[in-house]
Amino acid sequence: MIIINREDFPILNNNLIYFDNSATTLKPKCVIEAMNDYYYNYGANIHRGDYKISLKASNEYEEVRNKVAKFIGANNATEIVFTSGATDSLNKIVFGFMKNYLKDGDEVLLTKSEHASNVIPWIELAKIKNIKIKYIPLNKNHELTIESLEKTITKNTKVIAIAAITNVVGDVRNIKEISEVAHNNNIILVVDGAQSVPHMKTNVALDNIDFLVFSAHKMLGPTGLGVLYGKKKYLEQMKPLEFGGGMNQYFEVTGEVEYKSIPTRLEAGTPPIAEVIGLGKAIDYLEKIGMDKIYNYEKELKKYLVSKLEKIDKIVLYNKSTDSGVLAFNIEGIFSQDTAIYLDEYNICVRAGNHCAKILKDEINIKNTCRLSLYFYNTKEEIDKLVEVLNKSDDLFKVIL
Amino acid sequence: MDGELKREIIIDNYQNPYHKGLKNDDGYYKANTNNESCIDNIDIQLKIENGIIKDANFDGEACAISTSATSIFLRKIIDKRVEYVKKLISNYENLINEKEYDEELLGELMAYDNIYMQPNRKHCALLPVDTIKKILKQLEEE
Repeated sequence: MIIINREDFPILNNNLIYFDNSATTLKPKCVIEAMNDYYYNYGANIHRGDYKISLKASNEYEEVRNKVAKFIGANNATEIVFTSGATDSLNKIVFGFMKNYLKDGDEVLLTKSEHASNVIPWIELAKIKNIKIKYIPLNKNHELTIESLEKTITKNTKVIAIAAITNVVGDVRNIKEISEVAHNNNIILVVDGAQSVPHMKTNVALDNIDFLVFSAHKMLGPTGLGVLYGKKKYLEQMKPLEFGGGMNQYFEVTGEVEYKSIPTRLEAGTPPIAEVIGLGKAIDYLEKIGMDKIYNYEKELKKYLVSKLEKIDKIVLYNKSTDSGVLAFNIEGIFSQDTAIYLDEYNICVRAGNHCAKILKDEINIKNTCRLSLYFYNTKEEIDKLVEVLNKSDDLFKVIL
Repeated sequence: MDGELKREIIIDNYQNPYHKGLKNDDGYYKANTNNESCIDNIDIQLKIENGIIKDANFDGEACAISTSATSIFLRKIIDKRVEYVKKLISNYENLINEKEYDEELLGELMAYDNIYMQPNRKHCALLPVDTIKKILKQLEEE
C-alpha cells in the first residue's frame, strides 16, 4: 500500500490534474517551507563566516550532500557535486572530463531516444575533437537491448551515455546489466537519471555507475539545482569549467593558483543554498513513502491508463508496453498541440511536441506527440477524468476555437 | 463574424487547406518558420514575377490555427501585388496584437479576431506572416 497525502501539494487544491511530471514535478509544502525558513531565519553564505547562522547554513548544505549520497547509494559524499541541473551536470562531464579523457578515434555510444542534453554536448565535443558518436539501434518497441548494445561496441568504444529511463518512450533500462557489459569492455558508463532517480530506487555502487546526473525539480525539489555523481577517481581528474570564489585554496598575482579538493573545486561561486536545503526535504519526503512503492504504484497507474485509453478508438498510443509512467499518444487526425490545448480547457496539463528528443522522430516516424507523465500523487480518478474528456473530444474544435 | 462562422472557416481551412503541397520548382522563393514553441513547422513557397504573387504553396506539420491561417493567407495573396501583401500583413498583425485594422481588407482573416484572448496562440496565428516576411526580405535583398 502506498500512502499519499495530496493535501501536501498546495497547487492540487485548485482542481488541477497535472500529468507533466517528466517536465517538472509539483512541490510539497515542506520543501517550500524549508527554503523559506533558510531565507527568513539563517540566510547566510556557506563556508564564509564564523558566526552562528553561517555555520548553520553550511551544516544544512553539507548535510544534504550526505543525504543525496545515501539516497543514490554512493560510497562517499565527496562524490556528490551540486550543479544547476542535469544539463549542467552532463556538460561538466563532457567538457570537464571527456574532453581530456577521450583520444582520437574513440567512440561514444548514445541512443536516438536520449534527451537533447545527453546528445548536443557530445555533438559539440565531436566538433572540436576527433571522436565518433554512434547510436545504438533500438528494437521495434524503441527499447534498448543488451544484444544490440553488445553488437555496437567496438574496441574503440570508450563511453556509453544513456538515460536509465527515457523521457518519451519511457523504457526502463537494465543499468546493472549494461554496466557489466560496459566494464567488461573498459567503457565508462554515464547515466542520465533525470527520469529515473525521482521514480525508482537508484544505487550507483551496486550498479557500478561511473557518472550519474539528475535534476532536483523533477523529484519534488526546487528549480536551478542538479546533482553530478562521479566515481572519486574520475572526479579527481575532472577540470573545473568555472573558476572563482569558494573553489580555490589560494592565488597570487604571479598567477600561481591552487584549487580545493573535490567536490568543492567543482562548485565555484555561491551555490544555490536554499535550493539544496529544499532538495534535502524532497528526499526525506520520497524516502518516507519509499522508492520501491513509488515505482510499483506508477507502474500500476500506467497499466490502468493504457487499459482505459486503448478502449478509445481514435487514440493512438506509442509506448504502451514500457514500465515507467510515461505515455505518448495522439488523437487521430489532431495535431498534438491542439489536443494539449483542449485538455487544458479541463485543467488537465500535458505536454505536446517533441519533448526535447528531436532525433526520436527517426525512430517512431512521428514528430509530435502528447505526453502524459505520471507521478505518485496522480490517481485513477484523475485518469478517469482524462478518459471522460478524451471520449467526448469529437467537439474538440468547438472547445478550443 | 459570429463564433460559429469563425470556427467553420478555421476548421475548413485546417482539414482541407488550400495550396498545400510544395512544387518542385526552382522559380519559387522559399522560407521556413519553426515556431518558437518548437512544434509548428511550416514551409512556404511563393512565385513572384514583376512584383506580383503568381503562385503560393505551403507544407508542414502545424496546429489548426497556424495551418488554417496559412491556407487563408495564401489564398488571399495570389495574383496580388507585393505592396498589397505588405498592407495585408500589417493589418493582420494589428488584428492579432489588438491595434487598429481594416476589417474589409482582412475578410476571412477576421476569424482570428479573438486570438488575443489566448496569448499563447498568437504566435500560431502569426506563423504564416512571419514566414512570408522572410520571403519578402529575400526579395528586397536581391
